[in-house]
Amino acid sequence: MTQAQLAQGTSPLLAVRDVSVVFGGIVALNGVSFDMHKGQILGLIGPNGAGKTTLFNCLSRLYQPSSGDILMEGVSILSRPPHRIAEIGIGRTFQNVALFPNLSVMDNVRVGTHARTSSDIISDSLRLAWIRRSEGDVNKKVHEILAYLDLEDVAHTVVAGLPFGTQKRVELARALAADPKILLLDEPAGGLNHEEVHVLADLIKRIRDDRHMTVLLVEHHMGLVMSIADHVVALNFGKKLAEGTPAQVQADPDVIKAYLGSKDQ
Amino acid sequence: MSAAEEVVAEGHEAVEAVPKRAMTLGTGTSLVVLAALLIAPVFVKNFIIFQMTMLLIYGLAVLALNILTGGSGQFSLGQSAFYAVGAYTTAVLMEHFNINYALTLPIAGVICFGFGYLFGKPALRLSGVYLALATFALATAMPQLLKLNFLEHWTGGVQGLVVTKPDAPFGLPMSQDMWLYYFTLVVTLAIYIFSVNLLRSRSGRAFMAIRDNEIAASAMGVDVALYKTLAFGVSAAITGIAGSLGAIAVQFVAPDSYTITLAISLFLGMVVGGVGWLPGSIVGAAFIIFVPNIAEGISKGLSGAVFGVLLFLVIYLVPHGARQAAILGHQLAGKLRKN
Repeated sequence: MTQAQLAQGTSPLLAVRDVSVVFGGIVALNGVSFDMHKGQILGLIGPNGAGKTTLFNCLSRLYQPSSGDILMEGVSILSRPPHRIAEIGIGRTFQNVALFPNLSVMDNVRVGTHARTSSDIISDSLRLAWIRRSEGDVNKKVHEILAYLDLEDVAHTVVAGLPFGTQKRVELARALAADPKILLLDEPAGGLNHEEVHVLADLIKRIRDDRHMTVLLVEHHMGLVMSIADHVVALNFGKKLAEGTPAQVQADPDVIKAYLGSKDQ
Repeated sequence: MSAAEEVVAEGHEAVEAVPKRAMTLGTGTSLVVLAALLIAPVFVKNFIIFQMTMLLIYGLAVLALNILTGGSGQFSLGQSAFYAVGAYTTAVLMEHFNINYALTLPIAGVICFGFGYLFGKPALRLSGVYLALATFALATAMPQLLKLNFLEHWTGGVQGLVVTKPDAPFGLPMSQDMWLYYFTLVVTLAIYIFSVNLLRSRSGRAFMAIRDNEIAASAMGVDVALYKTLAFGVSAAITGIAGSLGAIAVQFVAPDSYTITLAISLFLGMVVGGVGWLPGSIVGAAFIIFVPNIAEGISKGLSGAVFGVLLFLVIYLVPHGARQAAILGHQLAGKLRKN
């Protein structure tokens, strides 16, 4: 399939292997497998309750799969607690924006560098030379990212008062600050208008190209997924329904049925 | 055109001014406050100096709670327990082991850090009001623990311990009270600066990230459990040092000096000073030390009710405490300057 063409014999960056999640008798995910390759934008689609968010939460280690495995560069991530995911290069954004509302834009993005820096409370309290150096590096990096995402004007503004679209950009900036290899985006188009979705689509592509990132896009918005994804995985009722290029998936009778709920499509 | 741009730019700055200085005072204000704290004792009587020392000590204890609640978002009604451990550590070390009073402070700090860190571990499973309840239990238990029979040899039981007030060193010509004031001032300033550094650092940002959104903090690589317990440890350590200074200043430790009332006073001080605003700690401390006296001056029989009314007035007028008053003052000064 196209999967093989894309892979060109290289091993996948992220491999989801036969992952199942059961919540007290309810099967939220049932043996889902797919691969993500470096530089890919992979769209994960499906109607409400299809298991997209469940899978997403397995990747970010909030849920533990009942069976199956998730491999990052060939190594299982399932023994890692949620806070040790950022350090292996998995960054994420949240469905309804989960920023730190009382912190400034800059501080939000600074927290993004947490996994890439180190400190201890005594050195931090005394502001030792190595802390000052490390903070200097952090500031440089944060400024670079803010400039990249056109957020410099609001750098010192508290996040809570910003427009939703700007907050989404801040969340992206925060995720980028950890130098992720894979960016997991949970419904980034949610709450955006038509125009903003276009801007977002360009931005995601630009980030992938400029920063050599691999993107997993969990999305409701078919237009966005079909316009920027290289590869699409469609889920329904916890199972993989179809996989392939956007065009292939769009033409798949099962996918059409799941989305339109009609038998004679 | 340019005039309009200027207005926009100014409006923009007005929005920024608050978060930028959210944690501290401006350099000018800091220097004025510092000068006042340095010079004031020269002009006042020993009793007032003693009260100023207590102001700094309670300021430290409120600051400690501020780091925990304002910083990491965890409630505590158990600060009196950490204060008591610090006070008893100093009293026991000074009276039973003849250790220099200044040396007892870091020891009390380390012991209380350990105590707070260990208490923070089980408290990880609790949040919000449930955590407040657990810490409340700690505060109620502490005086009784200090009265335990088998500890009586060390703690003096119900009687408590009398602590010797230190003389000024190097033959400095100042009263014991004045020396202790300046000693307390140095310790307080050092801890204040360390605290500001801490909250502005990677660790401090981790505290505040946890306060604002635990799941997002964790996704950014913040070890939520570690930083929550660290916040408890740091808060307990500073409270313990405040307790040590308090024991030396009051020259006496007894179990019933460290009841839940003290913990609630500190909580009150934090709210009045402004949660999360470190300079407000001293204002909050002033409130819990002086306002009860003022209330008593107004009506001896109904001092509690008068205190309640005064507290209510403060909360009603400036719900965000001294921080809000400072911001209002800042804006007013800005307006006056323009006219």
